[in-house]
Formats: sequence, structure tokens, C-alpha cells
Amino acid sequence: MSAPEQPRRSGGNWAVWLPALLFAGFLAVVAYNLSNPAERVVRSALIGKPLPEFALQAAVPGQPGLARADMADGKVRLLNIFASWCVPCAVEAPQLAQLKAAGVDVVGVAIRDRPDELQAFLARHGNPFTRIGADNVSKIQFSLGSSGVPESFVIDGKGVIRYQHIGEIRPEHVPLLLRQIEEAGQ
Amino acid sequence: MIRLLLATLALTVATPVLADGTMPPAPYAYRQLDNPAQEAAAKELMETLRCLQCQGQSIADSDAPIAGDMRHQVRERIAAGEDPEAIRAWLIERYGDYVSYAPQVTAKTWPLFAAPLVFLLLAGLLVRRRLTGKDAA
Repeated sequence: MSAPEQPRRSGGNWAVWLPALLFAGFLAVVAYNLSNPAERVVRSALIGKPLPEFALQAAVPGQPGLARADMADGKVRLLNIFASWCVPCAVEAPQLAQLKAAGVDVVGVAIRDRPDELQAFLARHGNPFTRIGADNVSKIQFSLGSSGVPESFVIDGKGVIRYQHIGEIRPEHVPLLLRQIEEAGQ
Repeated sequence: MIRLLLATLALTVATPVLADGTMPPAPYAYRQLDNPAQEAAAKELMETLRCLQCQGQSIADSDAPIAGDMRHQVRERIAAGEDPEAIRAWLIERYGDYVSYAPQVTAKTWPLFAAPLVFLLLAGLLVRRRLTGKDAA
């Protein structure tokens, strides 16, 4: 190319640092996000919406299964999604017992569970549930927008999902859940 | 020696605590649909749905039981004649956009689609000004 050399514009020199600055900024963002990995929980988008229609068979003999029709009867309930193979589910058992003792009606959905293993789990960790439905292909879990076990949903008396708790209920979560349940009852 | 034998025995005989239970996977978790066209549609959809537990993977790639259950649900619904995009919409309604790998134009994402066009337009204007400027000079 035989283009004539452009005269140097005065004051244009600072611009040569711009790409380097941009790159430094990019590195800073990368470094920050590497040291602070985001906690990725997928929240249900159904909060404030009615519980989807479902009807589950009994998960253990001698205790009724769970259907939507059992829920929207004016009473607030805690719907707990759990499984006997899920270790954190055993961790939250005392807290579920505590909620039950506080007068909360706790209903369960057992994910991919065998009746005998479930019974052994309940015998060992206690059974706070008034009903347990068996969800063997996670169908109800998907329709609730739940992405793992354990998860708990506060369902109000009209069958509307009011609150989602992801992960095991630890002792410090009990007051919060009780407050959510109380609010759902108003 | 006895101790070693016992340890080996304990390791081989004892059943490990399975993280995901002992239930067999859902029927269509690892089985293709009999209708090839339907299976192709299911596969295409499964490749663009995020596994909820192993979030860097699609449900087609993941061996997590929950991904197997989701594949089962996708195949079952497609076999029942449901439109793949309707299944995607159903999942987005429950999990948000995050569950889908297929980019969607929404109120939040439209700048991503618009920005390249805007840049292209700006670059075009710039080039035109340069060219016409040179002509004038």
C-alpha cells in the first residue's frame, strides 16, 4: 500500500492504552468470578401460582398417597420433596418433626424410592408426614419446578404455592418457615 | 493377613450406600422411541435442555438420575404427539430461561441480538463517511 502517512493528531495518544485497559478490566472480572463462583440453584418459577394438578399413589403401605385434591382445602401445608437415598433428607428430619410439633401439616413426595427402603428410612428418622406420594419418574417434581432433593414448598389453603425452600431445612430455617406458613394462612 | 482378608471382604461384600437409590431408571431414560422421526425430535430437544443438577450438561449428555427422568418425560410427551417447543415452554414456565440452552429473544435478552446489528450499522456509517470524505478531499 502506498497510502500517504497520516499526520499524527495531537491528544490522540491516550487512546493506544484503551485496549490494554479493556483487557485489564476483563482480567479483573474473570479473576473476581473465579474466586467467587456463583451458587447455582434453580428456583421454581411457580411461586404465587396454583399447584399443578397431580395424583400420586401411596409410597408406603398404610399411609395415603398425595393428590392436589388433598391440598386446597383451606389448610396451609408444607410439601416436602425427599427420598430415603438422600443424605441431607435425613439431616432435616428433626426439623420436620419440630414443624410437625408446631402444628404444621407436612405432606411428602418421595422421589424414585422403594417402599421397603422408604419404610426403613421413616423408621430410623421418624415420620412427620400425614401423606406420602410416590413420584418414581420425578414427574411431579418437574411440574413443581423443583430441581433436587430435599426441597420444601409452602402451599396455602387455596392450593397456591407460596414459598420454596431449596436444600435441607436446618435448625436456623425453622423460624423462617414457620413465618412463611403463618403468612400463607392469612 | 487375616486383617487384610477381612478388609478385602468388607470392601467387596458390603453394599455401598448409593447416592441415588436403587430404583431402576425410568423406562425411556435410556431407551429410544420406536418411531425414528419422534426420537430425532426428542433428541434435538434433549440436547438443548439443561440438566438441573449437573448444570454444564444437557440432559442428553448427563447420567444424573434426574436427567434420565427428564429424558423419559420428553420422550413420553413427544410420543404422545406434543410439540417439542411446547415442552420447552412448559419447562421454562417452571424453571425459567435457565433450563433451555436455545437462546430466546425476550424483554431481557433483545439487546444481545440487537447489538451486533447496531454495531454493523455504525461501522457502515463510519466507512461511508470515510469514503465520501476522501472523495471530497
